[in-house]
Amino acid sequence: MIQVKELSKFFGKKAVVDNVSVTIETGKITSFIGPNGAGKSTLLSMVSRLLNADTGEVLLDTNDVRRIKSDEFAKRVSILKQSNFMNVRLTIRELVSFGRYPYSKGRLTNEDIKYVDQALEYMNLIDIQHSYLDELSGGQRQRAFIAMVIAQDTDYVLLDEPLNNLDMKHSVQIMKILRKLVDELGKTVVIVLHDINFASVYSDRIVALKDGRVVKEGPTDEIINSDALKQIYDMDIPVQEQNGCRICVYFNSHS
Amino acid sequence: MRNSVKLILLAVIAIVCILLYAFYDIKGGFSYAFPRRLIKIFAMSITGIAIAYSTVVFQTITHNRILTPSVMGLDSMYQVVQTCIYFFLGSTSILVINKYLNFTISIVLMVLFALILYRFLFRADKFPIYFLLLVGMVLGTLLGSATTFLQVLIDPNEYLNLQSKLFASFSKVNADLVWVAFAILIVAFIYGFKIMRQLDVMSLGRENAINLGVNYDRLVMNVLVLSAILIATSTALVGPITFLGLIVANLSYQYLPTYKHSVLIAGASLISIIALVGGQFIVEHIFELSTTLSVIINFIGGIYFIYLLLRESRAAG
Repeated sequence: MIQVKELSKFFGKKAVVDNVSVTIETGKITSFIGPNGAGKSTLLSMVSRLLNADTGEVLLDTNDVRRIKSDEFAKRVSILKQSNFMNVRLTIRELVSFGRYPYSKGRLTNEDIKYVDQALEYMNLIDIQHSYLDELSGGQRQRAFIAMVIAQDTDYVLLDEPLNNLDMKHSVQIMKILRKLVDELGKTVVIVLHDINFASVYSDRIVALKDGRVVKEGPTDEIINSDALKQIYDMDIPVQEQNGCRICVYFNSHS
Repeated sequence: MRNSVKLILLAVIAIVCILLYAFYDIKGGFSYAFPRRLIKIFAMSITGIAIAYSTVVFQTITHNRILTPSVMGLDSMYQVVQTCIYFFLGSTSILVINKYLNFTISIVLMVLFALILYRFLFRADKFPIYFLLLVGMVLGTLLGSATTFLQVLIDPNEYLNLQSKLFASFSKVNADLVWVAFAILIVAFIYGFKIMRQLDVMSLGRENAINLGVNYDRLVMNVLVLSAILIATSTALVGPITFLGLIVANLSYQYLPTYKHSVLIAGASLISIIALVGGQFIVEHIFELSTTLSVIINFIGGIYFIYLLLRESRAAG
């Protein structure tokens, strides 16, 4: 279990994340949603220690994440950010092999190779495993990075807007894979999402942020309704049920 | 497989350069000239490896391929230090006569300067690379102007003495300092060996490196100090060769397309030895010492630097 306790982050005088407390339950997909600038990515960065919090703490089980050794932490929690600019040219397989670094420190054992193969297969990348990353489409690249995180084999997988720049088909593909990670492999997934419909259809719990604060938190059913959405987005958003999925029809709403 | 073949090829060329330099056209007594040439080869190899090594690790840590410690103003710092010593204390000062003392002072001050400069770089995510480049250039120019100012005022005889310190030269390498530099290089390599694979992970960028369990801030600090010490050592040994690091690191990236630092550093070191020993051979036997190696390297390196800047800005635009 990851517990966020009274976490704040200031950029200058402005609080980007303002006294946030959230509990992330294991074995579930938790989505962070909210308008632009709500502090979703900043919160995720602090949970994954990419960014230091100004006040408050993040507990992994009962330990403060800042006290856990970096390489031990990397075996428990993985994070994937949206921009992955690199100076070097890598093949998919080389990238995914890096996922084993916390365990093997660069010298791959047979077990590591097994994990890499599994991750590649899981993300459907076996055929193109020797292609270079810069030759791939956005969707394939994103899949390669997720495969790296899968090879890392952590209990917690944090993803910052993994659907950015992806078309519908690839977005659905990736969300289905994340669902499988949770349902089949028992992982805990935390994901920052922009599209509330993906959050509605695929996540178990939703944390809604606005102006650096948590406005709503709870099981998906409690958040995806017009009243709650009005509070979060300042828009009247009708919710319709389609094949058991709740879909927010926000395209022509008045704000 | 292919990278190892390329490395062997580089090693062969480096050995050919070394043999040519050691044995070609020995005049006078063999027993007189040969040991002196060997010492020069040794000094050039140490300098070359130190510059190549420090530049590659520096560029990995700062996630760029254009800035080098030298371009960021370390060389100018060396010039200021030497000029100040000659200006205020004179060429008969203990700081000039005692080479070890001079060597130590240069290294300590350059490392200090580097640490101050790196406080800037540390927040590199917030600044675009051109801003950092500009900071380095401005600082370099400031220090350069200060140097020139002092040089204009200095006694002409002192200036002649000073000048020999400010241009890279392998003609009068001090044999004792070579061993000190060699010892520093060995220590640096022992440490480097331990962090080689962390550096590989570093090339995935800050966020991925932290995700994979690299203790990012500590590694960055350690490597920055390491690179400053190495550059300071090579500069104190032979004088500033500003653009050598830039050339050899980038040629190595182009020639050996891999993320493995063991390969990249080996490649850059070999290219560096080829450039220095081969270049010095050409300077001595073709130009007959009418120019110095650092002038040639900085001329070629400066052009290459502009080419890299243009290519980078085209890629960004």
